[in-house]
Amino acid sequence: MILTVEHVTRYEYDAPMRGMVQSHRLHPSSFDGQKVLSWNVTVTDGVKGGSFRDGAGDLFESWSVIGPVSLVEVRVSGQVETTDMSGILRGHREVIVPTCYLQETAVTRPDQALRDITAGIRDMEPLQMAHEIAARIADAIVWTTGTTGSATTAAEALASGQGVCQDHSHAVIAAARHAGLPARYVSGYLVAEGVQDAAHAWAEIFVKGLGWVGFDAANKCCPDDRYIRLASGLDATDAAPIRGSSRGGGAETLEVTVAVGQAQQ
Amino acid sequence: MTTCFNEMFDADAVRQPYARLESWTKAMPDALRHMKQAEAEALFRRIGITFAVYGEGGDPDRLIPFDMFPRVFTAREWGRLERGIKQRARALNAFLVDVYGRGEIVRAGRIPADLVYRNAAFEKSVVGFIPPKGVYSHIVGIDLVRTGPDDFFVLEDNCRTPSGVSYMLENREIMMRMFPDLFRENRIEPVDNYPALLRRTLASVAPAKCDKEPTIVLLTPGHYNSAYYEHSFLADMMGVELVEGQDLFVEGEYVWMRTTEGPRRVDVIYRRIDDSHIDPLCFRPDSMLGVPGLMDVYRSGGVNICSCPGAGVADDKAVYTFVPEMIRFYLGEEPILNNVPTWQCSKADDLKYVLENLHELVVKEVHGSGGYGMLVGPKSTKDQIERFRARIESKPSNYIAQPTLALSTTPTFVDEGVAPRHVDLRPYCLVGDRIELVPGGLTRVALTEGSLVVNSSQGGGVKDTWVLAE
Repeated sequence: MILTVEHVTRYEYDAPMRGMVQSHRLHPSSFDGQKVLSWNVTVTDGVKGGSFRDGAGDLFESWSVIGPVSLVEVRVSGQVETTDMSGILRGHREVIVPTCYLQETAVTRPDQALRDITAGIRDMEPLQMAHEIAARIADAIVWTTGTTGSATTAAEALASGQGVCQDHSHAVIAAARHAGLPARYVSGYLVAEGVQDAAHAWAEIFVKGLGWVGFDAANKCCPDDRYIRLASGLDATDAAPIRGSSRGGGAETLEVTVAVGQAQQ
Repeated sequence: MTTCFNEMFDADAVRQPYARLESWTKAMPDALRHMKQAEAEALFRRIGITFAVYGEGGDPDRLIPFDMFPRVFTAREWGRLERGIKQRARALNAFLVDVYGRGEIVRAGRIPADLVYRNAAFEKSVVGFIPPKGVYSHIVGIDLVRTGPDDFFVLEDNCRTPSGVSYMLENREIMMRMFPDLFRENRIEPVDNYPALLRRTLASVAPAKCDKEPTIVLLTPGHYNSAYYEHSFLADMMGVELVEGQDLFVEGEYVWMRTTEGPRRVDVIYRRIDDSHIDPLCFRPDSMLGVPGLMDVYRSGGVNICSCPGAGVADDKAVYTFVPEMIRFYLGEEPILNNVPTWQCSKADDLKYVLENLHELVVKEVHGSGGYGMLVGPKSTKDQIERFRARIESKPSNYIAQPTLALSTTPTFVDEGVAPRHVDLRPYCLVGDRIELVPGGLTRVALTEGSLVVNSSQGGGVKDTWVLAE
């Protein structure tokens, strides 16, 4: 499938800010299920800084904006050719040892309810275990917008029984790690009709012999050729495609639009 | 603790390094000694050196007691220590390059994978990154204790930002001012070139993109930090700017410092801020102490950070056990300095032994520091031991245990005159394009009779440390 992405993040300030620095992971990597055909990132009045690929295989780009500025737009556009690999990440260059992804973070710390998610699955094969965890989380958290926020923890989301893709992913990760399976957060894009107000996210679980396998509990499936993978990390913050900081300025208004569609043949 | 090694007296005979100090003390009447002690304290106060050592917390305005009786090593004793310390600093850096690279030591089964990769100090954001000259830890503070004429043990390694070196320098400065005659009578190796060596070391690890004389800064969390005095002292002695996070900013491919003449590019940052606070775009997003975007500049080769983020995985108390193995694995050498035998309470056999022998052991928290959260078995009551036993049993992996070492003593001025008190030693090894060690270090002394705890928060003091020239 050939997917076209238009992703705009718009920052507006009440009063001009003095300067902004951002760390981007907005470039998809190419691997067996994903080939980048064209890709472009621009930042209004931005100065492009250093770039490098980290141990997880993600391309980082540093951007700075010299103020005073009241409006900054980060525009991402491009085309990616995707293939359905049944969720398996293959041919992706990375050097971080999977064991590192057993590390708990504040938002993925399991409480009793998250530990209970792994009840009775210890004797299963790792792949089956991973599927079971994703299925149980998908059942336990109903996809609902507006009830959780960016700081909601996996435990809180599970307790409320509602959440969005970030919450599903954190809960899957927390339970998988508790079961001894390395797990991580993946940010990316998913094909949808019309314009979305956020990018997508899912979890990857490391299965011995198979490698990293994606689980999108929010959509009760494994990522296929409708998905574009951007970046990974221990949790949403650690895998965020954009992390930024601005100096001075008034209140910030953030607006995100994402359009991911199948290219016309 | 009946048979601990006295560094000055061998039975009644004075050991050679202290030969000239005997007449010095004997010739000093009590009145003069009290006057000198008061003078020393006044000097310390005037300089403003009142911070706590090793990030122990406590009252930042409290003066750490200074003992005027110097601790002395011969050139031969120091020669062996120097080789051992440099060997250890090389192995620790080789380990860091390895675990952030291919992890050969783990693949070879010489150190458990979980101990490295599940360590809270392991920093996955620098995996695959090789810092300039392949050095992760540029200032290695190695804590040593002595139990006999030739018996030294390493208690722990400090690979992040070891503090206390300003005491080494100030103790010497004050001794030279108060007792100039002593420095004429004894041929003592100087330590005052440490700041110049530190500056040289930092300059030698400037990133490849730096094509001129490197600009070095010392990054401090600010004046409320307990080691702020040391930060400003070292910056001043090196002739580099002392900066806080807000004085620096990232633009384009570099880090810049605000100055009255406009922005100035920074090449090397000697940071005294923890990893988690260094850059909110990479680590804790809520931290205001660091520089947003710094890690991207660092990882794309625009600046160097000393010590490198992630260096702490080498000085963890559980990883410590494997340092002799690192020396053999990376250097193909036998360790010159020994580790203290250590029991890991995470291992069932070790735990059993520890719980059966608590009254004889020193038990420490794996991530603890400052002499808190530890049990000195022989110095504890039954009740204290039992309470500690419960803590170990509730989370064994959090504890290690070591035999209670008969720490050496050196003569120390006390109210009644001169008496032996237990000491340790922290030398500061510098690692850049070369490895340097000034002949000396910080000697800490447990001022309470019989006490083995030298931490300043628990009644410890400091001494000048001499290495005699050949």
